[in-house]
Amino acid sequence: MTIPITYYLVLSAIVFLTGLVGVLIRRNIIAILLSVELMLNATNINFVAFSEHLHDLGGQVFVFFALTVAAAEVAVGLAIIIALHRAKDTINVEQFNLLKW
Amino acid sequence: MDHLFFGYFAGVIALTAVLVVAFRNPVYSALSLLIMFFHVAGLYVTLHAEFLAAVQVIVYAGAILVLYLFVVMLLNLKTDDRYHSQWRAAAFVGGPLLIEFLVLLAGSLAAPPAAAPRVDIETGDNTLAIGETLFSTYLFPFEVASLILLVAMIGAIVLAKREVPETPAS
Repeated sequence: MTIPITYYLVLSAIVFLTGLVGVLIRRNIIAILLSVELMLNATNINFVAFSEHLHDLGGQVFVFFALTVAAAEVAVGLAIIIALHRAKDTINVEQFNLLKW
Repeated sequence: MDHLFFGYFAGVIALTAVLVVAFRNPVYSALSLLIMFFHVAGLYVTLHAEFLAAVQVIVYAGAILVLYLFVVMLLNLKTDDRYHSQWRAAAFVGGPLLIEFLVLLAGSLAAPPAAAPRVDIETGDNTLAIGETLFSTYLFPFEVASLILLVAMIGAIVLAKREVPETPAS
């Protein structure tokens, strides 16, 4: 007895919505980046579930690429956070308003 | 049995995802994200993606999360991090997603049967199959991914580098 694809979609939607809410309501940049990781994992769950459902390996290869992009994003994002903390001694997003209109 | 495993993994994934957002201390958030990564890897195993499960544990839990914890402890963050409200943006983005979620829930009763299997990916070696696909069909994206990693490495070094003083103290 196999799991319907809808269950995976619902799980992925829950995790994605949680990450979205986290990006919107947290004020700590590191927590925002962790929420972005949540959203990336939600899409990866979708990719793997559809790869199994459609019997196509392309989904798993795409998860591989998403993982590469996630690693690059973390490296650059954390470097930006360290540079910001060195410049302003805080990582609260409300303190960074230089580029706001 | 399948439903039991899926229920356990999905429950823990959803719970720890909420905890990542709810914890105020970033160290606790990172640690619950670690638990979520392990359970996502378990979900991949039940989906016959063993290679991706191993990569998930090694790269996400082993490398990315250690980097997060390193930065959290390096910056010595305070935990008095209050939430702030962006209700307009949240409603604009979250509303359509919530509608889609409800449509999915409503459609789960009348789900069509699974498509006819074209290629059987469950037999044989999952790692071998992914490797053959990656190095034949997706060879050019694979090389582009290596370029992205190189650019990210150079960018991280340049961004986090401390400015070297012009005249070295003798």
